[in-house]
Amino acid sequence: MRIPLSWLREFAQVPAGATAEDVMAELVKVGFEEEAVHRPTDGLKGPVVVGQVLSLVKEPQTNGKTINWCQVRVVPEGQEQTLTGKGIDPSGVQGIICGAHNFVEGDKVVVTLPGAVLPGDFHISARKTYGHLSAGMIASVRELGIGEDHDGILVLSRIGLDPEIGSDAMELLGLYDQAAEINVTPDRGYAFSIRGVAREYAHATGTVFTDPASKVQAPATLSGGYGVKINDDAPVYGKPGCDRFVARTVRGVDATRPTPPWMSSRLRLAGIRSISLPVDISNYVMLELGQPLHFYDQDKLSGDIVVRRAVAGEKLTTLDGKERALDPEDLLITDASGPIGVAGVMGGASTEVSDATSTVLIEAAHFEEVSIARSRRRHKLPSEASKRFERGVDWQVANVAAQRAVDLLVELAGGTADEAGTDVGTAPDAVTIDLPAEFPAARIGLDFTEEQIVTCLEDLGAAVEKSDAGWTVSAPSWRNDLETKEDLSEEIARLVGYDKIPATLPVAPPGRGFTRVQQQRRRLVQALADAGLTEVLSYPFVSKTANDTFGVAEAGGPRTAVKLANPISEEHGYLRTSVLPGLIEVAKRNHSRGFRDLALFEAGLVFLPGDTVGTASIPPLGVKPSDEVLDALYDGVPDQPLHIAAVLTGHDSPAAAGHTPRAWDWADALDIARQAGDVLGVEIVVSQGHHQAFHPGRAAQLSLRSGDVVGYAGELHPKLLAAHDMPARSVALEFNADALFEAAADVIVARHISTFPVATQDVALVVPQDVPADDVLAALREGAGELLEDVALFDVYAGKGIEEGKKSLAFGLRFRAADRTLTADEASAARENAVAMAASRFGAVQR
Amino acid sequence: MTETLPGAAIPNPLDEAAIAAAVDQAITAIAGASTLDELKAVRLAHTGEKSPLSLANREIGGLPKDQKAAAGKIMGSSRGRVNKALAERTAELEAENDARILVEETVDVTAAPRRRRAGARHPLSTLQDRVADIFVGMGWEIAEGPEVESEWFNFDALNFKPDHPAREMQDTFFVEPPEAHLLMRTHTSPVQVRSMLERELPIYVLCPGKVFRTDELDATHTPVFHQFEGLAIDKKLSMADLRGTLEHFARQMFGDEAQIRLRPNYFPFTEPSAELDIWHPGAKGGPRWIEWGGCGMVNPNVLRAAGIDADIYSGFAFGMGIERTLMFRNEVGDMRDMIEGDVRFSEHFGMEI
Repeated sequence: MRIPLSWLREFAQVPAGATAEDVMAELVKVGFEEEAVHRPTDGLKGPVVVGQVLSLVKEPQTNGKTINWCQVRVVPEGQEQTLTGKGIDPSGVQGIICGAHNFVEGDKVVVTLPGAVLPGDFHISARKTYGHLSAGMIASVRELGIGEDHDGILVLSRIGLDPEIGSDAMELLGLYDQAAEINVTPDRGYAFSIRGVAREYAHATGTVFTDPASKVQAPATLSGGYGVKINDDAPVYGKPGCDRFVARTVRGVDATRPTPPWMSSRLRLAGIRSISLPVDISNYVMLELGQPLHFYDQDKLSGDIVVRRAVAGEKLTTLDGKERALDPEDLLITDASGPIGVAGVMGGASTEVSDATSTVLIEAAHFEEVSIARSRRRHKLPSEASKRFERGVDWQVANVAAQRAVDLLVELAGGTADEAGTDVGTAPDAVTIDLPAEFPAARIGLDFTEEQIVTCLEDLGAAVEKSDAGWTVSAPSWRNDLETKEDLSEEIARLVGYDKIPATLPVAPPGRGFTRVQQQRRRLVQALADAGLTEVLSYPFVSKTANDTFGVAEAGGPRTAVKLANPISEEHGYLRTSVLPGLIEVAKRNHSRGFRDLALFEAGLVFLPGDTVGTASIPPLGVKPSDEVLDALYDGVPDQPLHIAAVLTGHDSPAAAGHTPRAWDWADALDIARQAGDVLGVEIVVSQGHHQAFHPGRAAQLSLRSGDVVGYAGELHPKLLAAHDMPARSVALEFNADALFEAAADVIVARHISTFPVATQDVALVVPQDVPADDVLAALREGAGELLEDVALFDVYAGKGIEEGKKSLAFGLRFRAADRTLTADEASAARENAVAMAASRFGAVQR
Repeated sequence: MTETLPGAAIPNPLDEAAIAAAVDQAITAIAGASTLDELKAVRLAHTGEKSPLSLANREIGGLPKDQKAAAGKIMGSSRGRVNKALAERTAELEAENDARILVEETVDVTAAPRRRRAGARHPLSTLQDRVADIFVGMGWEIAEGPEVESEWFNFDALNFKPDHPAREMQDTFFVEPPEAHLLMRTHTSPVQVRSMLERELPIYVLCPGKVFRTDELDATHTPVFHQFEGLAIDKKLSMADLRGTLEHFARQMFGDEAQIRLRPNYFPFTEPSAELDIWHPGAKGGPRWIEWGGCGMVNPNVLRAAGIDADIYSGFAFGMGIERTLMFRNEVGDMRDMIEGDVRFSEHFGMEI
């Protein structure tokens, strides 16, 4: 909301020298954030004066144009030019070249004299042009920064002005005024008016406020006016869409009269374009009092006005010239011809006021918030009117606003008001609130005096009555946001000042610290960083293709994913089922910036919708839903486990003198996954894996001991890497961290540490190529029995000396007993048992 | 290299002067040896089997009995002197040699390569940890929840009336199909609702996490960002307690000089509501108040939605943006730096903020 200071001054005492910044600094104290300052003089500097064209000589030019060589009087005849400066003619008459042709000798115009500066940092000076010394400029509204019109210069008589020659044109056009723009929170519809903001300014500064509504002499009752019926047969939430409709008629209006500069200047500062006198008046009254108005050309109406819901199939061409299909929930203004407006949102084209309009019917109605909000959204028609109705308009002000519009049409447009008028509808019940005496102090933590409480509430416009327990407060009609004792407490605190609230530190009961999972997660993330990986955060928005590629191991497998109804880009319209697509994008971005050796990781949620998606309805607010309803809400929310993924490209370390970096390979991906397991004390079981995003021969499936698959690691598929323009042999891994957290032991039971000597034995086994080393190792472990302390694979060999299709696996076995020194025979026997197990399971032959 | 001194006569072991001359000759040679190799040659020449002293010593056997003792004494002390000189010189030369090797092994330590890559945390995640630590230190607990959420938890339970413009202030990502009433949470407040439904009273929780709004990415906006919100529900909590908690937190975060300011504002879930500003003495361009977040006393309708008796319990809540905090605390000028994953951004911070 923009507040022209001259307008504010009519109703509140603003210090003479106050700037828009000063006004905003006051308003911020009562809860209006500062947005911007609008001040024409920031871009426009005088001298800019009224001049009269004494003579005008048309001079055709070789380029085909005709220019006017004008003599313009800028000082009243017989007076001295008091301005001095380069290019200012002491005679009081300036010679000026002008290319516009919409004026004649004798016209009064706006002259920007040498030394003036126009918006856009355009400096006016005397300069030679077309063979003359042109000392100044005759300005158009666009050049002055007060309008779009650039078809010709501004002829003052056409906006109804006949000022004295030489007078300050900036003063005349209201250009010394300025506006403060503030942000109005959605609960405070009343502050979308000068009336509301002036009251708040008075609250903030403690100065006197004069209600603009009190300046209007509106009749107490109206009757005999234009026929209006309210007939809402489908109220939203049981509240009637329209509960007041005031209609007034003004006849003999001259709609072509110019809008006076004081009005157009205030409208412009308030951010509203001047259209025509009737439209400007309706906007002016809306800005002043907060009541949106609609003007009809009464001669275009047929029969009574009926406010009703739309019927399926009905259509309306709105003021903006668009035909709109109406929804049965739309509240309409209709006459015998059908719809003539979407109530509170936009009027229809057929009954619009035009230059030819002579009889104006003024509508000042009160519409229900939700109904208007829905129509506005449905038709995507945000308007100044709907903005106010959605937030709530003062029911009481309708009649006042209509009268204010009548007065202005009479005064400015030469109309005559009908005595008769229409005022139908039913006042809503007044809101009364019980305010216990001690409540505000308890809520705010500040001991208010009774006087403070009563004064604050009365300043707001509320009626306050003493009751047994405190007060009974009737909220003012324009404050639909005041419903509870908490609301009133805020108002009291706000007017007394939030800066008066003391600080006390409440002590929480003994807490339990971080949960196990929170600790595990932090440790895991830190461990990956400690291992040399760089944490990044990517967006969860991905394409369908990305989800299909990374989200499931098998090509073509069904990947259900969450789809967004309103994504930022359609291409990335789904939520990720894997962290890898985002991570690969990040890797690509780093590549394009010259970073080739990368080790990136991200910990983030993935979104895995189940069979139930959401709930068909949601419970109302302010009441705890039943357990069944709550369970349904919980169940409808998709699974969102924490995944951790990493992508490694290039080398493990920077190349340097005396150091040869190693290229990352598939085993690094597995190693990182295992490190993650180590950090949590969870064994990661690795097996040959198949995942379409990975190299078919170089991917590992990661599982838990229980057999649950938790992720994949290995080299990314060469085709995928090529398609993403990623370096060959890049590797990646991803696992479900939540599954690991869950698998971690609650308590780790200690193992006996034997101090008896160790006996080590090596064994080399020849097995078929496709037998996984890990399986052979498991067989050895099982066969060796409990004397085996550890076993490790230390060599893999295939080639000369080994039969085609086979490989040799060399293992080191470490034996130790808990209670004695092992003999060589005991160790050998255990080894033989181990080999026998491998032999029976895989046909392993000892080399 | 010779094992004997050519032409040297075998001295008489009883001839003290001749023996002394041989000893002097040997000691001079030992002192003159400048390397261990030279010293080895000297040793062989002067103490080897065919050296004058060894040969003289051998003569003792042929002497008359009464002369043997005297000769033995002369020879013993003489050879002892030579051996001592040898041992001393050996030690000297070995020490010199060791020192020289160490000098030769000198490296340029400034040319040392970094063999292991240094990893890094994302500063948003580090900052989130730090905030959590402060609150856990105050006895609060950390609560978390899903990022795709039911509309009820995100709006209705928080007293956002259906169709009220306040719902549209939070540009929301909705999930298909719209009839399912799922969305991406626009704030972490749904976790507050879940906490109130699931936890025992009193409640003191901090809810950090990712939130989503349909803003295009630019220097100051991102559709995905991070928040932390606090919620306290207890008997007799007032707005003064809110202010005290925020002041304490601000001082933990920014030092004892930190100041906060509350300004009236509007949120559907709090009444009264306030905007929270923090005084930033080190702000780029001079000290000033910086908008940090929102807060207020929990609206009784929110308590009622969680089945909490609003006549007995009251509470306060507050919320701040992690990105915003990082921007003014660590002078991050462009939101995109935090989002794009450029390794230089995280690596500059390392494990710290």
